[in-house]
Amino acid sequence: MEVQEVKGSIEIEVKKLNFFYTGNIMGLKNINFSVQKNSVTAFIGPSGCGKTTLLRCFNRMHDLYPGNRYEGEIIFQGENLFSKEADLINLRSRIGMVFQKPTPFPMSIFDNVAYGLKLKGIKKKSELKEKAEKALYNSALLDEVKDKLNKSAYELSGGQQQRLVIARALAVEPEVLLFDEPTSALDPISTGKIESLLVELKKIITIIIVTHNMQQAARISDWTGFLMLGELIEFDRTEKIFTIPSNKLTEDYVTGRFG
Amino acid sequence: MAAIDEELKVVKNYIVEMGFMVERAIENAIASLLNRDNEAAKEVIKKDNEINILDNEIEEECVKLIALHSPVAKDVRFITTAMKIATDLERIGDLAQDIAERAIELNEEPPLKPYIDIPRMAEGARLMLNDSLDAFVKKDAELANKVIDSDDFIDNLHQQIFRELITYMMEDSRNITRAVRITYVSKYLERIADHTTNIAEMVIFMVEGKVVRHLKN
Repeated sequence: MEVQEVKGSIEIEVKKLNFFYTGNIMGLKNINFSVQKNSVTAFIGPSGCGKTTLLRCFNRMHDLYPGNRYEGEIIFQGENLFSKEADLINLRSRIGMVFQKPTPFPMSIFDNVAYGLKLKGIKKKSELKEKAEKALYNSALLDEVKDKLNKSAYELSGGQQQRLVIARALAVEPEVLLFDEPTSALDPISTGKIESLLVELKKIITIIIVTHNMQQAARISDWTGFLMLGELIEFDRTEKIFTIPSNKLTEDYVTGRFG
Repeated sequence: MAAIDEELKVVKNYIVEMGFMVERAIENAIASLLNRDNEAAKEVIKKDNEINILDNEIEEECVKLIALHSPVAKDVRFITTAMKIATDLERIGDLAQDIAERAIELNEEPPLKPYIDIPRMAEGARLMLNDSLDAFVKKDAELANKVIDSDDFIDNLHQQIFRELITYMMEDSRNITRAVRITYVSKYLERIADHTTNIAEMVIFMVEGKVVRHLKN
């Protein structure tokens, strides 16, 4: 295990993290690394290596299924995510998540973005409008939808829907966004837009992304972790991972000579 | 085996082939000088074009590889190294051609002096080239380091040849044309050794990921 220490301000620190699925099936083994604030951290690895499992620890998505168990700590701004006091609703608005397939709600474009804001108790129309438009602007969608905010979200293309979902997540002003294969269902043009969006977004939030597309990790991330069989094999600056990886397994994986 | 492996092998074979041709060019150019053989010199000049063609082919192959395979880690280090080696080999080929041109000019006049250090220098530079390409093929950083260390020997020989030729020029101004031409040859050989040093430095980058270029001094 070769884990490079992150310099600068740290958003999230993962310490001795183990994760077990129902029935004591080990999903993650002794994971240690830090996430740098305002950076993109990518996780790569073969199918079933634990990328998504790891990502879902950050906003405790695993809690949705009983019997799953965490060990160790994830420190987010000084607090352990696994402590009994952790408020999951609040946590999930501070650490948002975007999935592989766009998941717009069956409602208008505007209502999709305003949904989280309303849940947070914001009622004032002008405030909702202002925050929703800001989120749409930040997700690089505003120009394309500003004349049809009341149209159904389903009228948008797949790439636009994905940016809408990102806008919805951004509206509640999270500090971290988790992306699970956000472009694997999109065409190259839409993928390019999402990728440049992520690079732009890291100025205001911290991003953790899981991707099967190694070139995508290479293009957009600052840090890359390589996972295999639930273990973090190597974690380092992205340019290091893709030019001079320290570990033979990492080299074999990134050069396509795995197994 | 990854899909890229076949293509990498093609590049490696091209480099080996080009290296072989360049080595022969140095040998033949020096032989044409020592034996006062204009025909051999002309042959070296003519054959330089074949080296240039290989340079183009290697570049084309590498660009294709980058575009189609998005190489990373050791693959991208191998390809960037191969591209730089091809450039250095092409330059060495040009220098061998330059030696052949000076040989033809020198052959027009009686010999200034017997060549003693020039063949030693040429053999040293040729050996450095051979070792640097061997290091590339075998991914041998230690051998590459040995090549880099040999460069001082060539530099010293060049200084020595230069000093000696200055004395000939001071002695009799009619020696100047020939002495300058021989100095050129010595300088070309010194440059060849520098290019092989570049190759060796790239091999170290390829094997160990360390940039050792421009670190001397």
